[in-house]
Amino acid sequence: MRAAVVVFPGSNCDHDAYHAVKHVLGQEAVFVWHKDTSLAGADAIILPGGFAHGDYLRTGAIARFSPIMQEVRRFADAGGPVLGICNGFQVLLEAGLLPGAMLRNRSVKFQCEHVFVRVEHADTPFTVACRPGQVLKIPIAHGEGNYYAEPEVVDRLERNRQVIFRYTTAAGEATQEANPNGSLHNIAGLCSEARNVVGLMPHPERACEIALGSADGLVVLESAVQSVTQGAVAAAR
Amino acid sequence: MRARVFVTLKPSVFDPQGTTVAEALHTLGYAAVRDVRQGKYFELDIEAPTPDEARRIAAAAAEKLLANPVIESYRIEIDTTAEAVAR
Repeated sequence: MRAAVVVFPGSNCDHDAYHAVKHVLGQEAVFVWHKDTSLAGADAIILPGGFAHGDYLRTGAIARFSPIMQEVRRFADAGGPVLGICNGFQVLLEAGLLPGAMLRNRSVKFQCEHVFVRVEHADTPFTVACRPGQVLKIPIAHGEGNYYAEPEVVDRLERNRQVIFRYTTAAGEATQEANPNGSLHNIAGLCSEARNVVGLMPHPERACEIALGSADGLVVLESAVQSVTQGAVAAAR
Repeated sequence: MRARVFVTLKPSVFDPQGTTVAEALHTLGYAAVRDVRQGKYFELDIEAPTPDEARRIAAAAAEKLLANPVIESYRIEIDTTAEAVAR
């Protein structure tokens, strides 16, 4: 797999994503600057965490107009796997590649901690190696992760099985206490209707090695490798 | 001409910051303040031949960038007497 990690001014988890793909998984990773107009032949795109454009105006609001986003949109429309992590998820929401918006955390605090998320569906490029219902311990680090959408939009997301990650207890129960930011329906991550675009607030790329406290996030990136490899096999047939 | 754009969270959207500010005001003794909604305020100096045209430009800017229609709504006031901001 060749993964392109998009770098916006203010991205700060770009190296974490690059490290996880290249050094932990032994796959190819390239950085793509936000002003670039080519995705460097990538099989998968990662929009990393951070504070693109200083979070000015709203998180992701300026980044969605970066030149590279036209290519990301084209890649997504063609069915290519796109993963938005934290700020990358916020960029996908602002760009309209995923529905809804982020509000300030219910606590009005920047929350930086390990949380548990339950994988709801294993039929996306970033969960295909997961077991549905599998609980992952991965960190969050955000001030605006309180997912909001109109009630009919949330209903549609649930009906279409687009809620991919949900905040739960260690035992996998989606309680209010397990919800770190006030997100509707404990939503931690979503996929697009076509299921190839996935966004989540927790950071799987920062939980890929036991030395970092958890390696549970690795399965998300392994899913991408599996999905890209199987896609290539299918295309060759 | 100057357009004043007020962006606020829709009434149906919970405003954690506004709630926190309201609680702080209550702590300070302003019990009369029932509720606070926090928003954003923009001043756009616009080169336009008519107030309607300035409003149209400000509305387009609000739709496309200044407000996120999923959670926010906006209101525009046009001030035809405003001097351009000194640079």
